[in-house]
Amino acid sequence: MSEIEILSWARGPGLQIATVIFVAGVVIRIFEILLLGRKANLAEAKGSEMSSGLKTMITRTVPDKTTFKRSSVTIVAGYVFHIGMFISFFFFAPHILFFKDLIGISWPSLPGAVIDACAVISIIALLAVLVNRLTNKVMRFLTNFEDLLTWFLTFLPLITGYFAFHRIGFTAPSLLAAHLLSVELLLVVFPFTKLMHTFTLFLARWYNGAISGYRGVES
Amino acid sequence: MTKDKNLKNGAPEQVNLEKGTPVKGTLGEALRSQGVSRRSFMKFCATTASMMALPPAMIPTIARALENARRPSVIWLSFQECTGCTESLTRAHTSTVESLIFDSISLDYHHTLQAAAGHGAEEAREVAMEENYGNYLLVVDGSIPLDNPGYSTIAGISNLDMLNEAAKGAAAIIAVGTCATYGGIPHANPNPTGAVSVKDIIKDKPIINVPGCPPIPVVITGVLAHFLTFGSLPELDHIGRPKAFYGQSIHDRCYRRPFYDKGQFAETFDDEGAKKGWCLFKLGCKGPTTYNACATTKWNNGTSFPIESGHPCIGCSEPDFWDGGGFYKALSMPTVDLSQTAAYAAAGAAAAGVAIGLMNRSKKNTSNKIHVKTTLEDLKK
Repeated sequence: MSEIEILSWARGPGLQIATVIFVAGVVIRIFEILLLGRKANLAEAKGSEMSSGLKTMITRTVPDKTTFKRSSVTIVAGYVFHIGMFISFFFFAPHILFFKDLIGISWPSLPGAVIDACAVISIIALLAVLVNRLTNKVMRFLTNFEDLLTWFLTFLPLITGYFAFHRIGFTAPSLLAAHLLSVELLLVVFPFTKLMHTFTLFLARWYNGAISGYRGVES
Repeated sequence: MTKDKNLKNGAPEQVNLEKGTPVKGTLGEALRSQGVSRRSFMKFCATTASMMALPPAMIPTIARALENARRPSVIWLSFQECTGCTESLTRAHTSTVESLIFDSISLDYHHTLQAAAGHGAEEAREVAMEENYGNYLLVVDGSIPLDNPGYSTIAGISNLDMLNEAAKGAAAIIAVGTCATYGGIPHANPNPTGAVSVKDIIKDKPIINVPGCPPIPVVITGVLAHFLTFGSLPELDHIGRPKAFYGQSIHDRCYRRPFYDKGQFAETFDDEGAKKGWCLFKLGCKGPTTYNACATTKWNNGTSFPIESGHPCIGCSEPDFWDGGGFYKALSMPTVDLSQTAAYAAAGAAAAGVAIGLMNRSKKNTSNKIHVKTTLEDLKK
C-alpha cells in the first residue's frame, strides 16, 4: 500500500469504520446509563432536583480550594490542555471543513499561527500531566493501563497534527494519513474507555447536583 | 559503446564524451544548425543546473557534455494514454532551447509523431532497438492493461509484450505521465482494464518516473540533460521521481501560501476571496499533498500554473489522483458520506441501546421477583 492509498483509505473506509464504532458505542453506552433507572426516593423532596443539577453542571467547572491545592498540576495542566485542544480542534480551517462536510454548518477559522501555538501548548500540558502522573506517588499508584493508553491515544492526534502542520520528516501524504489514522484509533477506543467522560461528564455533574437538590443541601 | 558496458550501477555509462572540438552529429551541431546562439545555449545550461540544484561550477560541464553528446536514440512507446503527454511536450508556442534539444534527440519511434506507418513504423522500432541495443532510452507514456492483452495493442502486439521486448535493450526507461508512472486514469477505480504502471512490470532497469497529467516539458528535458551530462539518472525520490523537480510540494512553493497561513480562503470561484487571489484549499486544492515543479517552473513558457489561473491543484503528479474523492472536495473532507454513516450508526445504536436497557430492566425485575426475603424466622432456624 502506498502512502496515497493509505491516505485514501483513512479519508474513506477507515473513517467510516471508526465513525460507526464511535457513534454506536457512545450512543449505546449513554442509553444504557440513562435506562439504568433509579429507585423511587420515598423521602420528601426538600428542594428542586433540576435547578440544583443544572447549577452544578456549571459550578463544578471551578474547583474548590482544597481540591485545587491537592491537585493543582492536574487541574491547571488539564484546563490548559483541554482549552488548547478545543481551539486547535474546532478553529483550524481544514478541521472546520471536515465538520462542514459532516453536519453542514461552518464557522470562522483562526490563523495558522494561533492554531499552532494552541497545539504546542496542549502538547506541553499533556506532557506535564504525564510527568505529574508518573512522579506523584499517589497518582502513580492509582495509574492503570487504561490511563496510559488513553493518554497516548490523545497525544497521538496532537503530535501527528503538529508534524503534518509543519510538514516535518515525512512526505505530506504520509503525515496527513498518520494524523487521520491516529484520530480514527482514538475514535475506536473512545466509547470503551474513560474518554467517554466527554459525554458522561455533564450527566454525572447533573446527577450529583440533583441528589443534593432533592435533599435541600448545596452541592 | 558495447552492449556489456552500458550499465554501471544500474545506470548507463557516459555517452561518448570526446572533449574539445564538437563531434559530428552531436547535439551542439544540431543546435547550431537550427540557429541557437551560444548565449541562449549557455543560458539553458545554467537554468538546467539551477533547476536540478547543481552548483554553478557544473554549468561548463553540462555545456560541454551536451554539446558533444551524440544524439541518443529514443524509442517512445504509447500505451493506454490520451496523447496529452506528447501534446504537452510538442505544443511549445515558440521554439525554445528545450524543444530544440528535444528535437535533436534521435526519436526513432513515436507512433503519433513519426511519418512512417504500418509495417514501416514497426520496422523503424525494430531497427532502432537492434542498432542501439543496450544504449537507447525508452520513453513510455500510458498504462499497460493486464486483464486482457487485447484491450490495447499496437500492430497486433500487446502493450505488455512490446514493453517487455523494448525494455530488454534499453539503457534506461523514462516513464512519462501519471498513467505510465502510477497507472493514472486507466488505473482509477474500478480499473476496468487491470491497468498497471511501467514499474509494476519492469524490475531490472533503471526507471525514472516523470508523472503529471501531463508532465512539465522542462522536466523531461532536464532529466534528459542530466542523463547526457552525467551518464546517470538524477537522484530520485521514494516513488521514482527526480528530486530536483518533485522535491517540494505545490503548497510549500505556492505564492498563495501566506493566505493559507492567515486563514484567508476563497469559498467559491467567484467570491471576493477568489477575486483577491486567496488560498484555494477550500475549493479542493491538492497542493499540500502534491509534489511537482508547477509552482516554480510554471507552464506555457513560464507564464503561469493552474493555481495562478484561479483553479485548485488537482494533484495530477501523485498516484491515484483520480480517486482522491473529487477535485473540488477539500483535502480534509472525508471521501465518503460520513453524515449518512453516522446517522445510520446512531439510529441503529439507539435501537440497540433501548433494547439492551430494557433487557437490563427485565433482568432486574425478574431477579427482584424471584428474590425471597430473609425473615427473622429464617435466621432463627
